[in-house]
Order: sequence, then structure tokens, then C-alpha cells
Amino acid sequence: MSGHAVPVDFSGHMLDLDEDEDLEVFSKNTSLADGGPMPNSPSSLVNQYRLEEEEEQPGADAKDFFITVDNPESHVTAIETFIMYRVVTKTTRSEFDSSEYEVRRRYQDFLWLRGRLEESHPTLIVHPLPEKFVMKGMVERFNDGFIETRRKALHRFLNKISEHPVLSYSQHFKVFLTAQELTSHRKQGPGFLSRMGETVRAVANSVRGLRSRPEEFSVMQEYVDHFSTKICSVDKVTQRIIKEQREYLDELRQYGPTYTQWAELEEDLAEPLKGVADCVERCSQETEEQIQQLSEVLVPALHEYVLCAETLKAVMRRRDNIQAEFEAKNEALASRKADQDALQEEVDGLAERVEVANTTLKEDWSRWQKAMRTDLRSALISTTEKNVDYYEKCLAVWESFLLSLRVEPSGQENGDGAS
Amino acid sequence: RMAEDGKEDNFLMKPCLCGIKMVEEGCTLLRRMEICVAEAEKRSGKNAVNMQETFTVYLIETRPMDALNEGRNPAPDSLWRRYSEFELLRNYLIVTYPYIVVPPLPEKRAEFVWHKLSADNMDPDFVERRRVGLENFLLRVASHPVLSNDKILYHFLTEEHGWKEVVYETGFQAKVLQIFTSAKEVIRFMEMKHYSDELQSHTSQLLRARARVADRLYGVYKVHGNYGRVFSEWSAIEKEMGDGLQSAGHHMDAYAASIDDILEEEEHYADQLKEYLFYAEALRAVCRKHELTQFELEMASQDLISKKQQREELATGIVRTFSFKGMTNKLFGQEAPEQREARLKLLEELIAEGEDTVKEKTVECEEHVERAWVDMQRFKEQKDKDLREALINYAVMQISMCKKGIQVWGNAKECFLKM
Repeated sequence: MSGHAVPVDFSGHMLDLDEDEDLEVFSKNTSLADGGPMPNSPSSLVNQYRLEEEEEQPGADAKDFFITVDNPESHVTAIETFIMYRVVTKTTRSEFDSSEYEVRRRYQDFLWLRGRLEESHPTLIVHPLPEKFVMKGMVERFNDGFIETRRKALHRFLNKISEHPVLSYSQHFKVFLTAQELTSHRKQGPGFLSRMGETVRAVANSVRGLRSRPEEFSVMQEYVDHFSTKICSVDKVTQRIIKEQREYLDELRQYGPTYTQWAELEEDLAEPLKGVADCVERCSQETEEQIQQLSEVLVPALHEYVLCAETLKAVMRRRDNIQAEFEAKNEALASRKADQDALQEEVDGLAERVEVANTTLKEDWSRWQKAMRTDLRSALISTTEKNVDYYEKCLAVWESFLLSLRVEPSGQENGDGAS
Repeated sequence: RMAEDGKEDNFLMKPCLCGIKMVEEGCTLLRRMEICVAEAEKRSGKNAVNMQETFTVYLIETRPMDALNEGRNPAPDSLWRRYSEFELLRNYLIVTYPYIVVPPLPEKRAEFVWHKLSADNMDPDFVERRRVGLENFLLRVASHPVLSNDKILYHFLTEEHGWKEVVYETGFQAKVLQIFTSAKEVIRFMEMKHYSDELQSHTSQLLRARARVADRLYGVYKVHGNYGRVFSEWSAIEKEMGDGLQSAGHHMDAYAASIDDILEEEEHYADQLKEYLFYAEALRAVCRKHELTQFELEMASQDLISKKQQREELATGIVRTFSFKGMTNKLFGQEAPEQREARLKLLEELIAEGEDTVKEKTVECEEHVERAWVDMQRFKEQKDKDLREALINYAVMQISMCKKGIQVWGNAKECFLKM
């Protein structure tokens, strides 16, 4: 039983990679140093993550991938209807034969890619995909809003992978971006059955329980649990705000016309009445824009991290399972007298696997945290900017109304300004 | 903000209570006396059916204007009145001056309530707004060129005890309605009635829509309070982002809290509109009386005509109209000449009376129509000025709200920038 989930063809490619100098340097993340001493083992597993040669690290900002997901098109077959998205890749990486690729992919293809990435790197944090099923409340699976939201999320997914120091070098990623026909590649590899096996083992191990989780991972687990709750709350609150704003907007749209209708009855009073009606109308438009910003910027960002939280939980579970498997075999080694040598080798292999898993997770963890802070900070700042902009525009609307009546904006009888 | 217009006609001149003959410019009560409704208090007592009840009384304070103009600061005279006494005063004025658009009282019960605002008559905010409304009513009445000279009004302001009895003694409840005539005035009154109907309809629609908007806006602001709570909880698990999230959360709390004052201020705007909603009713009352009294004049004229016809029949013996008397005369024989003489004489007296009455009423009508028209013009000017100011104040309130929003969201942005 080989405990590792490295697919056969991958290690085949490893030989190719070894020959290519450029590829040795993968990590822009200097936190490798935090990971502690790497075990010097001939195992091909470790070589994936180890710096063979000290190459200059590329600048942190240097992007060598430019990927877009666009142009959703409906495909109708006898059995089903689905959407195909166009994926355009521009890259400077030398292991790509060309510098530009264009392929068409459907959601299932993305699912496949992510599945393989997680399989190959069980303790790396692989960015989540948008949800598989329609959200409740949406009737049509293929309405434009849903497709657009999904498209943006798929775009983000690919870009996140392309920025990852390890995942961006995955063969599966390359195949996904370049192969005209993906179905043949999808059939290769352990795939479904191996995943099944892993799940069974995971359940079995979890029954036995973890001996002792290293302190840092307990801390991490706690964080993940809390973060998950909090980010879900923020997401919920934001959805609620949008709902309230929409209802406010509806009432506002009925409010303005009451001034217009009254103005038709009046003579001298008609001008200010119409002025107020106009202001309310323009503020309504601003409100609509504000709602749009929330829906298109903040909500997707929050939602992404809600999904990330679930990913993090899964990664923690997988790490625990790897450790549990090792502990189980280790115990067996201690108790069994026969087959000591064979078992010992297996146990050593599993021990390495635990090391690797822990190290990669730690590195990726700090990377993920930074990205999370950047992403959420940016989304929150953008929201506050939009809100300031909203109020500034409404302010201008009302001030110009007062000016049109030849009144000082501070008001005539107001305590603020000159009387 | 009282519109005191000096365009008085001669017939409005009446001696003031202080014995000074009123000049053409108008010497309204408000010029001679400072009036305010200073306080409100809860009282309880037994009512007409000997049951315990709780009600609110309002303190009316008056000071002589000449003392204030000389720089002295005498203590005010004061007395307590409850809402029902204000109502009695107003009913008296309506009946006594049916051609005047009598200023309305503030709401008896809270209406146009958006759900966060209490509908309770004992609610301190409602009582306070009512106090302001009652003071407003007194100031309007005391500055009206016609109403301000009324004795009963003066008593109301100065004599705490026995006022009610004095009012009832005027016998205003039994007063005969004035009669209008003339086709030109009929058209004027139709326009006035149409205007009052429309005014009532538009202001009530506007007030309803505003209350709904206020309700929704309240919801939007309050939901942001949840951000405060969640950000605070989230900050506890974050290191770098903790401070930023925490302080941003405080700003969200401030934002959520700010809506209470904003909407409380808007209630004053709503009250200004409500006053004119109720004024519309007062306008309509003047028109309705016109219709009724028009009918009464017709009746009086008809009566005169029929009496004249009877006289002609008696005098000539020719029966033109059917009457029981005529029938019985035919059946049972005619009456004696003395009786006929007596009846003729009585009829002549009645006819003379009737002609005088019709003449009197016609003159009064025309006078009253003129007076009502004058007051209508005065009302129109007052309305245009007051409502224009109210709309300006509304804009000023909106500007203030926008400025607060800019500040809060700008602060939140700063917090996120520092994260």
C-alpha cells in the first residue's frame, strides 16, 4: 500500500523537470526558511519541494501568467445543456511550448483540475471553485447573472492557481490550459478509486483518533474554526444589507413622484417641489450603484473566503489523516514482531510524508493568510470608498438644489451657517 | 415665520381690547403680547363619567410686549390648558368666522407612524411635538388680522378658570350659518374645494411614502450595527488585521446609531407638512359652508316666492297652486271676508320680513365671500412661504446626513487602510 497520492505520470515528468534549471526555483516565498530542516532523503516526494540549486528568486511582483476566462457559450447535446468558457493563457514560462493558448472548458473541467491539484498536494491550500449547484432562489440555472458570477469566480480561480509557487507548476494545470481536448487526460490517473480509498482510510484513522496534534496545528485549527464562523457572519450581514438597501430603493422610487404630482397642483411652490423630486430621483440612482458595488465587489470576495474556510478545514483534516496513518503504522511496527524490515521502511516513508505535509502546509498557510488579508482589505476599502462616493454625490445633488433656489447650502435658519 | 399681511379692508377694523382703535396696518394680538407654550405635564383626574383618566396639560405663558420692548424682563403670566380646550377654542373660531381659513391643531392621535416610532399619545417625543404644534397654532391665530381680535381667544390665554363657561355662553353652537351667493363666487369656491381636495390627497400620499422610506432607511442603518459586532469578534482572532477591524467596527456602530437623530429631525419636517394636510381640511370646511348656505338662501328665496304667490291668490281668488286650504275652501265654502283680511295682513307682514331677511342675507353673503377670498389669498401666500422653507430645511437635513455618512465611511476606510 503506498500511502502517497502522487500519480504515476507525475513522477515521470519529474525527470523532465530535473533537467530544466529554470524550474528549480519555484518559491517566491522566503518563508521556506521557517519550515525547519528538510529531511535529506532520496525519495522523489521530497525533491518536489526542495530547492536543488540556489537560483535567484524572481521578483515578487513578476507575473508569468496572464489568464482570462470569458465568452460563455451554451452547448446543447442530446443528453444535456452546459456552458463552455473560453480560457486564454499568455505565459512566459519556458516549459510551455508556446506563449499563447486558447481553449474551451466547462465547469466540470475546472472541477477535475482542482480535484487533481488537491490529490497531488493534499496539504496545500487550493483556491476554491464557485459552487456547483445553483443558489437557492434562482430559478434558471443559466440566467445571465449566475453565469457572469461563475465566470468571474472561475477567472479568479485560475489566476490564484497561476500565482501559487507550487501549484502553478502542476502538470495538470498545464494540461488544463493547453490541451484542446481534455477528456483523454481526464481518464488518466488514480482518480476516483484512489480518492475513494483515501476516504475509507481517513474514516478508519479518524476512528482511532489522533495521538497528539502539534501545537501549531492546533492553533491553526482553532483559527480556522473561528475564521469560518466570522467570515460567514460578515457574508450574511452583507447580504442582509443589500436586501435592506433594495427595499429602501423601492420605497424611494415611489416617494419622489409624490412631490412631482403635488407640484402639478401648485404655482409658486411647484419649483421647489419639483426640485426635491429631482433630488430624490438622482439619489435613487446613486443608491442603485452602491448596491451594485456591494454585490459585485464585496459579496464575491467574502463568498470566496467562506469557501476558502471550508477548504482550510479539509486541508487540516487531510493533514491529520496523514499523521494518523503514520501513527497507526508506527504502533503496528512496535507491536508486530514479524516483517519488521518491510514495516520499518513503510513507517519511514510515512514519517517523511508527515514531515512534508506539515512543512508544505505551514508555508502555504502564511502565504494564504497574506493573500486573505490583501484580498479582504482591498474589498473592504473599495466598499468604504464607494460609500463615501455615494454620500458625496448625494450631497452635491442637494446642494445644487439649494443653489438653484438661491439659498446658501448652510441653510437660512440653521444653526450651522450664517443666518 | 408668521405672514402678517397689512392688506386689510375697512370692514375689518375693530376696536382692540385695550381700547386702541386698530389702524389699517393691523394690530394683531401677537404684536402686543408674547405667547408661548412652555411645558407639558401629565395629570390624572376623574372624568365626566367618574372614571380615572390620565391626560397631558400644556403651560401657556404670556408676557406684555411693551415691557419686553423697554428691556424689562417681567415674569410671565401662565395657565394650564389641555388639548380638548384647544379644540373647543378652534371650534368656536370656525363657527364664528366661517369665511376664515382657521389654522389647524396638531394631530389628536399619532398618525403616519412608521413602525419604529411610537403611536402612544403619552410618548414624550409625541407630547413634545404636540407642544410645538399647539404653540404654533396659538402664534398663527394671534397673528391673524381677523382672528387675533377675538375676545374668547384673549380669555383663553389669560383666564384659567371659567373660560369654558364663557365660550358656551356665546351660544356659538347654535349659530346660523352664513349664506353666500353670486355665480362668480360659486366658481371661486369650486376651485378652492378642488384645490383643498387635491392638497389633502397629495400631502397625505407624500407623508405615507416618507414614513415608509424612513422605515427602510432605519433598517439599512441598523443592520450595519451587526458589522460592528462581527468585526469586533473577528478582530479577536487576527493579529495584523485586529486593530483595523476593531476600530472599523466602532465606526459601524456609530453609523447605526446615527439614524435615530436623523429621523427624529425629519419628524419635524413631517409635522410641517402635516399642518398643511390639516389646513386643507379647514379650507374644505369653508367651501362646504358655502354650499350649505347657498342652499339655505335658495330655500329662503323659495319661501318668499311662495308667500307672494299665496298673497296673490288670496287677493285675486285665482288658485294657481294646490293647497289643502284651497281645497277645504272649495269643499266647505270660502272663509269670511274678515278672516281673509286677517290672513292677507299676516302674509304681508311675513313677506316684508322675508324680503328684509333675503336682502340682509344677500349682503352678508357677498361680504363674507369677499372676506373668505381675502383670507384665501393670505393663506396661499403663507402656505407658499412656509412650505418652501420646509423643503429647504429638508434639503439641509439631507446634506447634514450625507456629511455624517462621508465622515463615518471615511473613518472606516482609514481603519482598513491601516490594516
